[in-house]
Amino acid sequence: MSSVEDRDQTPISTDEEERQLRAVWANPSGWRYWTSVNNTQIGLWYAATAFLFMLFAGVLALLVRAQLAVPENDLLSADFFNQAFTLHGTVMMFLFAVPIFEAVAIFLLPPMLGARELPFPRLSAFGFWSFLLGGVFVCGSIFFDAAPNTGWFMYPPLATDKQYSGIGADIWLLGLSFIEVASIAAAVELIVGIMKCRAPGMRINMMPLFAWYLLIVAGMILFAFPPLIAGDILFEMERMFDWPFFDAGRGGDPLLWQHLFWIFGHPEVYIIFLPAIALMAMIVPTFAQRPIIGYSWIVLAAVGTGFLSFGLWVHHMFTTGLPQISLAFFSAASEAVAIPTGVQIFVFIATMLAGRVIPSVPMLFGGGGLVIFVVGGLTGVMVALVPIDWQAHDTYFIVAHLHYVLIGGMLFPVVAGIYYYYPLINARKLSDRMGKIAFWLMFSGFNIAFFPMHFAGLRGMPRRVFTYPADVGWDWFNMISTVGAFVFATGIAIVVVDVLRPKHRQPKGEANPWNAGTLEWISEPEENWGVRSIPIIKSRYPLWDQPGLRDDIAKGRFYLPGAVEGYRETLVTSVLDAEPIQCLRVGGTSYLTILSAMALGGVFVAITFHWWIITALCAAAFLAFVIGWLWTGTAIPPEKAEKDVGLGLSLPLYVSGPASVGWWAMFITLVGDGTAFGSLVFGYFFYWTIHDDFTAGLAGPGLKWPLVALGLFASAWIAMVAARSVNRGHRTRDMRVLVLCALMLTLLGGAAALAGPLLTQMDPTEHVYPAIVWVLVLWLVSHAAVGVVMQLYCLARSFFGRLTATHDIDLVNVVLYWHFLTITALTTLGVIGLFPAMR
Amino acid sequence: MAAALLSTFLLSACTGPQSVFGAAGREASAIEDLIVVTAVGAACAWFIVTSLLIYAGRVRRHRFAEETAQRFITWGGVVIPTVLLFALLSYALWSMPATRPWFDRQQADLEIEVTGEQYWWRIRYLNTSGDVAFETANELKLPVDRRIRVSLKANDVIHSFWIPALGGKMDMIPGRTNTLWLEPTRIGSYRGPCAEFCGTSHALMTLTAIVMTMEDFETWRQGRINKSPTSADAGAAFQRNGCPACHAIDGTDAKGLVGPNLTAFKDRLRLGAAANTRDNLFRFIRDAGEFKPGAQMPAFPMIPEGELNAIVDYLAGET
Repeated sequence: MSSVEDRDQTPISTDEEERQLRAVWANPSGWRYWTSVNNTQIGLWYAATAFLFMLFAGVLALLVRAQLAVPENDLLSADFFNQAFTLHGTVMMFLFAVPIFEAVAIFLLPPMLGARELPFPRLSAFGFWSFLLGGVFVCGSIFFDAAPNTGWFMYPPLATDKQYSGIGADIWLLGLSFIEVASIAAAVELIVGIMKCRAPGMRINMMPLFAWYLLIVAGMILFAFPPLIAGDILFEMERMFDWPFFDAGRGGDPLLWQHLFWIFGHPEVYIIFLPAIALMAMIVPTFAQRPIIGYSWIVLAAVGTGFLSFGLWVHHMFTTGLPQISLAFFSAASEAVAIPTGVQIFVFIATMLAGRVIPSVPMLFGGGGLVIFVVGGLTGVMVALVPIDWQAHDTYFIVAHLHYVLIGGMLFPVVAGIYYYYPLINARKLSDRMGKIAFWLMFSGFNIAFFPMHFAGLRGMPRRVFTYPADVGWDWFNMISTVGAFVFATGIAIVVVDVLRPKHRQPKGEANPWNAGTLEWISEPEENWGVRSIPIIKSRYPLWDQPGLRDDIAKGRFYLPGAVEGYRETLVTSVLDAEPIQCLRVGGTSYLTILSAMALGGVFVAITFHWWIITALCAAAFLAFVIGWLWTGTAIPPEKAEKDVGLGLSLPLYVSGPASVGWWAMFITLVGDGTAFGSLVFGYFFYWTIHDDFTAGLAGPGLKWPLVALGLFASAWIAMVAARSVNRGHRTRDMRVLVLCALMLTLLGGAAALAGPLLTQMDPTEHVYPAIVWVLVLWLVSHAAVGVVMQLYCLARSFFGRLTATHDIDLVNVVLYWHFLTITALTTLGVIGLFPAMR
Repeated sequence: MAAALLSTFLLSACTGPQSVFGAAGREASAIEDLIVVTAVGAACAWFIVTSLLIYAGRVRRHRFAEETAQRFITWGGVVIPTVLLFALLSYALWSMPATRPWFDRQQADLEIEVTGEQYWWRIRYLNTSGDVAFETANELKLPVDRRIRVSLKANDVIHSFWIPALGGKMDMIPGRTNTLWLEPTRIGSYRGPCAEFCGTSHALMTLTAIVMTMEDFETWRQGRINKSPTSADAGAAFQRNGCPACHAIDGTDAKGLVGPNLTAFKDRLRLGAAANTRDNLFRFIRDAGEFKPGAQMPAFPMIPEGELNAIVDYLAGET
């Protein structure tokens, strides 16, 4: 299969190959180091940043505990206390618990899957910089006494009351929307990476469990975060422009926010918990020195947990006065999720029982974490029973429950992971002794701090109180909790010291110090290439079952051992069977990622302070950077059609359509985008059902203009589909004409969509009905505007010869966008045109 | 044995004026039982799982065959938890209508409307035709052994009404009216907090429920309905300094609706979150924010001391 020119090349030595490969994957030096996009760097920076945010939020928690140590304390003011606990929850959830796993995944997945890189390294870098900027913006607010102070759940009308919440609520909404964008970017990256970049032979049922879990979690992020983004949009529209989505006086309803928030908020718990279990699923087999028992059980259980987690959100709303029958349903679903969770724990115990467990610090943290987590799981079973929740809801019993779940189910496994994977970062183990001391301090401190909260809660202590009287019997419990919190913090401090202490005097350890069976342990800490050559995988534990694998990989005896043309390359394989289908050239070092993140950050910060001109400038800059990024880094026609990747295999360098990673990324992004849109439509029907006449007698957009707009959008869609097929028939000119037609039709369609509500003078501040119609229309029109930019981009690519009959990724992906845009148009215009009439 | 010990400990560690244990209402008693049963069950489950984990982590022990381990997952992870959870859920769902009815069709012996305000409770007793009979604040007097329908509302932000000794909580949401049934079974005084974060002084938004015999309650109620005015000039300072703009005192010209109704103020146990003493009252009127940061009531540094004392005299004498 190999082409003639490949055979003409003089064979080069392995050393020379290695030198080339190292040069291609090298990080830039000096200050340019920070423009690096390599998954190893991004993963470490990401993890370190998330960890710093965790320490920051931990200090806030200690302040909270100090204030509550004694009754009627005046250490903190009421307002500072409210900022502190709001920021504590917000930072732990959004800036630590979710990002830390994106970080670990970005760091671990390429070597674990036998890939050089994830498919979109620049996207990972962009996500990291967005996360850093957004996080600093949100955390920094407390130093200006401007932090959000309404609780991390931001319930309106308290959080829409500008006098009470000040700028803090805007910082929460916009800063976190920015970070959510980064999370969704990471989710796209992880899904495509796990599905398309596995080493040849690593069929989907051979994937390491970590990859399975991350695939599920990334999928959950894709469906859980968009409803929150939709909620954020409604929320900001109310705060900034007085559109009354949550104002009961004008037809709005505070409960819609609660639904959208918890449709996000409950899956969020499992988005945090599942990756930690994934770490355990890597650690337990290593220390039991045998493959996991019940691989199918645990995968099924993880899928089941992910699925069920979307049907539980109402258990956060058991006391809002919803009909009892729906409470019963959500109570049953909440109990049901305990079953797959239990299965996962029993899989670990069974694996341990069938093996011989080697005592170690990672197992200590893992086991201790499970002991704690089980308490939280069982109190979860209690509060999922509706009557118990009526008493326990919003009390310290819940504070105890959620910390047992999250610290036992997430923080302890993360520390286990740090001790387990540290040799991959630095070729040395962390200290066993310090690890044990840290464990016992953390374990005992945690229980001393949080166990008494169960009793305080049952004695009626509500959450989020900055003070309490002496005569209700909570003082001793609180004093003990505070002492425990400081013991716990000491344990964490020891972990930090152990990680940071200089280790250059310590001798380097062996390459796979725990004798693990999974592929990530072939990664060499000082190299950037992920794997020296991309192996063929035949087992779930290749390092145990494929003798000589490490040596063969290191000697470059597998695929892609060198980088002859000087590009960063990895293999793309098929989704189920991991058959090689393409040699993908991934993006290298670039400053565009930082600049785009800064520009987008500028947009969000400027909106917070209502600096409209700066907002526009930053948005324009962001658009320019993104187009520059796409133009120079994606869908570049290669110098030859195929490349010899070694072992007698030749693969194409350019693939479009569903075989390509770009198509998948577009598809996945649009699924997330569609979920946000679906949440807005949910909002429309929510108002429609709670009111007898939700239009309140106000004029709607009518039927005529929505139908005209729909016709125009549909024609544009037909033109785009036609453009794609004539392009494949080498009729470049016809393609350009069709795209231009589609562009005109889209512009007209957008104008017609706006005409409906404009001509009937719908005033979005008057009532929730015009407001929600306007939001849907604006959503459609802004997506059409993005579509127009894409069409212009395709035309430009065509004129510059980068979009041709054989190299049509850009056009194929834009047509994919058009499918979604057409569905959006159909839904929007159908809903606003027909549904006021249909009652 | 262990279970009995544990439940005794639970109960003794958990009683207090605001506790869900030591129930004094029908709903609270039912939930108390459910909590004890599930807590004991949870403790047993935790003990079993933890023992298994510790055993599995031991270095010297019998090594299980793979099939045994597989069976262990099937039984321990799937079958037993499913059966137990199904039983537990059935029990809880079966007990739900006994605590809160599926459909609100019952006859109430007494109807009360409570509105959450930042950071106090507006309490209105309704007469049989559903109109407001009289209004009070922060103290909910209830007759024992009667079914009482409480309508819960809010004007500003979301609050949550909760008297742990009588029953579970229910949110007060602007734009909605929620219903909660109370059935006190024991005479006494019980504390309740606001259970949904509602702003700066959320922690200080508390309510006292006073359960009394039906006779005492009737006497009190009639007294409030037929409230006769205290002597006209006693309230002169109160009138002069503009207090009636926000506050009402039944039987006088003070009819403000913004703040708490101050009728029979002398009988109130608490003032804001502090004890109802003359000194506290004086300071509260000077600067309510000292007691309740973020309170809606403005500070009144301009009222001369003599005037302020007169107002305090008046309120402290208002029965």
